[in-house]
Amino acid sequence: MRGMRERRGVSGPLRRVATFLAVPVTLILLWEGYKWLWETAGWTWPFPVNDTTMPHLYSIVEAFWQPTTTGGPPLIHPLLHAAWFTAKEAIAGFVLGGIVGFVLAVLLAHFRLLERGLLPFVVGSQTVPILAIAPMVVVGLGSKGVQGWQSVAILAAWLTFFPVAINTLRGLKSPDPRAIELMESYAASQWSVLWRLRVPASLPFIFTALRISATASVIGAIIGETPASIQDGLGGAIVNFNQYYSLEPTFLWATNVVCAALGLVFVALVVVAERVVVRRAPEHFA
Amino acid sequence: MSVGSTSSAVSVRGVSKTFRTGTTALAGIDLEVEPGEFVSLIGPSGCGKSTLLRIVGDLVGPSSGQVFVNGKPAHRARLDHDYGIVFQDSVLYDWRTVAKNVSLPLEMLGWSRAQRKARVEEMLDLVELRGFESSRPWQLSGGMQQRVSIARALSFDPSLLLMDEPFGALDEMTRERLNLELLRIWEKAGSTVIFVTHSIPEAVFLSTRVVVMSARPGRVAEIVTVDLPRPRGVATREDARFFELVTAVREALAAGHAPSQTLATGEVF
Repeated sequence: MRGMRERRGVSGPLRRVATFLAVPVTLILLWEGYKWLWETAGWTWPFPVNDTTMPHLYSIVEAFWQPTTTGGPPLIHPLLHAAWFTAKEAIAGFVLGGIVGFVLAVLLAHFRLLERGLLPFVVGSQTVPILAIAPMVVVGLGSKGVQGWQSVAILAAWLTFFPVAINTLRGLKSPDPRAIELMESYAASQWSVLWRLRVPASLPFIFTALRISATASVIGAIIGETPASIQDGLGGAIVNFNQYYSLEPTFLWATNVVCAALGLVFVALVVVAERVVVRRAPEHFA
Repeated sequence: MSVGSTSSAVSVRGVSKTFRTGTTALAGIDLEVEPGEFVSLIGPSGCGKSTLLRIVGDLVGPSSGQVFVNGKPAHRARLDHDYGIVFQDSVLYDWRTVAKNVSLPLEMLGWSRAQRKARVEEMLDLVELRGFESSRPWQLSGGMQQRVSIARALSFDPSLLLMDEPFGALDEMTRERLNLELLRIWEKAGSTVIFVTHSIPEAVFLSTRVVVMSARPGRVAEIVTVDLPRPRGVATREDARFFELVTAVREALAAGHAPSQTLATGEVF
């Protein structure tokens, strides 16, 4: 592998940058090209294209520097505040869901009966739309003095724990039977087998789950804010700018950009953590 | 190692094994292994030699019969860390370095960091892998991986070494080199070895005795005592006595392979 990188030499980093930029550049060209073609030809199928349905990309970027109210701060200020608020909910949900998912997987891996009895309900939990349970969680916990953002974190955890539980369970069961026999030959305790064999073996599985969970926690936080009527986060911003879409479409588009960026940052952090934590043979890396 | 002189290192008494599927893998196995012996189990596929090894190691229980290791029931011996095991695959943990793999059993026995470090160095010297301490298992060749696996099995000084076709997946040249190396290690470590193999020359070259097993259900067909002088080396394989013993084991295998045929011939006469 190292040999390959050396052979590519100086062109390596350049090619990387080029590959990285290829997709956004193509998307920008498609967006603006489509807009230009449909507007000049006057086509209305599948939908009429104008500055409201498809604003220019540069006007979306410009929107970040426009004030939302006369004399107010530029849009980027409230958006960054909202992003930080939502990020807090998402991080709390991600951590909570990750821990719950991991502990659940360890229990399911060790008690067959539990796996048979509980797993269908774990799967079932994910078929309940988060929109349906959000008001109950927020109102119910709110009456116990739990703050709104904390309730939203629990909703984010609802989406996060599932991939972690399922993948970790698979990872815990992944060691070769011989590897288990080896531990048995040392008269190792279940605890020792768990921490010295099963958990290290499941790390690649766990990190695959965490990548999914990283985006799921952001989505969960944004969606959780909406029925909870929480105004301070990105979910609140989306609801707000939705109402003014026909007047100022670029504000909603700008908010979407921030949502996507937040998700990307989360995934990037997980990938970096994976590089640091997981020490496995090359075939275990995606 | 201070076992009563009358006591065998391994004592297998009337062991049978029938799996839940109904297959009888072993039927009435008796075997005594003296301390410091190198005993090979050889036989056709499915004769239960690996199962017998697992029963001795208390990884599988027998359906009937008893196994004693160092005068103790096999279960007790396993809890006392009386044996190290080497499988056909090296079963190294790829998230650990070579040194960390060798020290895995030591960690579980509660050795201190300094003790572990010293022992790991000693073991890597023994298997001639010094300088590979911080390598990852997947960076090593198959033969080197198996040497790490042997170092790991011997790291905590077990009196008994169980080896389940340890060189079966290696090419012929690596295999012969590792045979030599294993003999050197065995003579130095002084442990008792039970060695499962498919290879007749390998069994003869290494062993003090070769236990020839018959096909399903596995029985001890014959025990061939190998009286080749030690230390054995490359020249041993060209010794006339070596070929005689290889032939003896091969014939014992052939006889054990077709017991019904012999019976049929007997009825004709």
